[in-house]
Amino acid sequence: MNAFVALVQRDVRLALRRKSEVLTALFFFVVVATLFPLGIGPEPAVLRKIAPGILWVGALLASLLSLGRLFSADFQDGSLEQMALSTTPLPVLVAAKVLAHWLLSGLPLALLAPVLALQFGLEPGAMAVLVLSLLVGTPLLSLIGAVGAALTLGVRGGEVLLSLLVLPLYIPTLIFGSGAVEAQMSGVAYAAHVSLLGAMLVLAAFFGPWMCSAALRVALE
Amino acid sequence: MIWASWSDFWAMGGYGQYVWGSYAVVALGLMLEVRSAVQRQRRAIALIHDQQEDSDL
Amino acid sequence: MSFKNFRWFHWAAPQTFYPVAGRLWRPFAVLAVVLAAVALYMGFFVAPTDFQQGEGYRIIFVHVPASWMSMVIYLAMAFWAFLGFTFNTRLSGMMTQALAPTGALFTFLSLWTGALWGKPMWGAWWVWDARLTSELILFFLYMGYIALTSAIEDPRRADKAGGLLALVGAVNVPIIYFSVKWWNTLHQGASVSVTKGSSMAQTMLWAMLLMALAFWAYTIAIALYRVRSIILERERHTGWAQEVTT
Repeated sequence: MNAFVALVQRDVRLALRRKSEVLTALFFFVVVATLFPLGIGPEPAVLRKIAPGILWVGALLASLLSLGRLFSADFQDGSLEQMALSTTPLPVLVAAKVLAHWLLSGLPLALLAPVLALQFGLEPGAMAVLVLSLLVGTPLLSLIGAVGAALTLGVRGGEVLLSLLVLPLYIPTLIFGSGAVEAQMSGVAYAAHVSLLGAMLVLAAFFGPWMCSAALRVALE
Repeated sequence: MIWASWSDFWAMGGYGQYVWGSYAVVALGLMLEVRSAVQRQRRAIALIHDQQEDSDL
Repeated sequence: MSFKNFRWFHWAAPQTFYPVAGRLWRPFAVLAVVLAAVALYMGFFVAPTDFQQGEGYRIIFVHVPASWMSMVIYLAMAFWAFLGFTFNTRLSGMMTQALAPTGALFTFLSLWTGALWGKPMWGAWWVWDARLTSELILFFLYMGYIALTSAIEDPRRADKAGGLLALVGAVNVPIIYFSVKWWNTLHQGASVSVTKGSSMAQTMLWAMLLMALAFWAYTIAIALYRVRSIILERERHTGWAQEVTT
């Protein structure tokens, strides 16, 4: 447990020293969300309808931005090898890094979302469900993305390859996440969507770090 | 026989371009794949022969 | 290790498997051609005209088998990957790689024939039907596998990374299919089911099944043929490889 907490703290502290990287992803989210109305037109009814999908896709893409860096720094300076050799199980350490990643990307995205939702004219009820779906869904994105980051570690053209690998796997999260908001907006129950997201999160929390460590060991060979 | 004539067969009740468009692409795809596999095998063998020549020199 | 295990590992050595694959692929290729010929005959000269869709429905005799194969091959890849991780055999990784291009091809053919079937029937080249959409996502998964294994230079690492990706993908495929189905039923207005239709006559089913078996035999044949190339590429510095190619 100590190693877990220590690693989370270390990753967060390191990332905050280079705040620009964390903020870049957030600004990317803002810019992308702004592009769509510019591309589609300012009609409030249309914007309100497409908002859940657009904000969710924006969150997906912003999340991808920081995934490439999840393991690369530690890989290059040898600390990843240390982690693989330590007495603490590698999946635990991976989980710590993924949690740190989420605290620095997914969580801020979820908290920033209401501001962007205003641009699309979402009602407070829809905004609340949007934040909830993002809070449950973005950890999923970090967990799934971590496996992709581990598989592409040190590979030529890894960043683009990472997107290609991970985006199809993100689709269920996208469907249930934006679906929850759309359900709220149509006055239908959204609990099923959020529960499914939650179930997927539990599965990913168990299997993700384990698959991820397997991939890291392959990369370290 | 279902077809009154060969021209009926090719026409496929008006859907000819879709039906034959599908089968043609399937056949083409499979043939291209086979050709690519054969070429790959030839290249692999040639590579080994080249290596042998290099080491014989 | 029991005697039974020992013999299995013997066959799993690339050097031993090379001639075995060399003898096996031809019968499967012949089988594929024969099955396809029978299936085509049944599909075009025995199966009756469809009441609702006229002659255009005959595309299903390649569309449905291609879809089935695209999914079966992905499962086969995951199976070989699983074997490879469990027994740490090199050949398993090679089989996974040997299967991938064929799987990607069948996925593409499924999408292409699906579009050509959809256009006259439902008026659009593409409909966001659950099965077609899932098929498209499966295509992306294949592309991802091929891209990853091509980008990694070390063959063993490529095998292992690809194997993990195939396993993760295989676990996700049912989740993806379920979520796309859910999404599809929510947005019912925009979509039409490509697979809904009249119940099929016996001969139609038979033609479809025979073609699926033909595709299966073809896949086995070409995968066995292709794995030989992969073996040669990787073992090109060994004595046995040089002997076997003179």
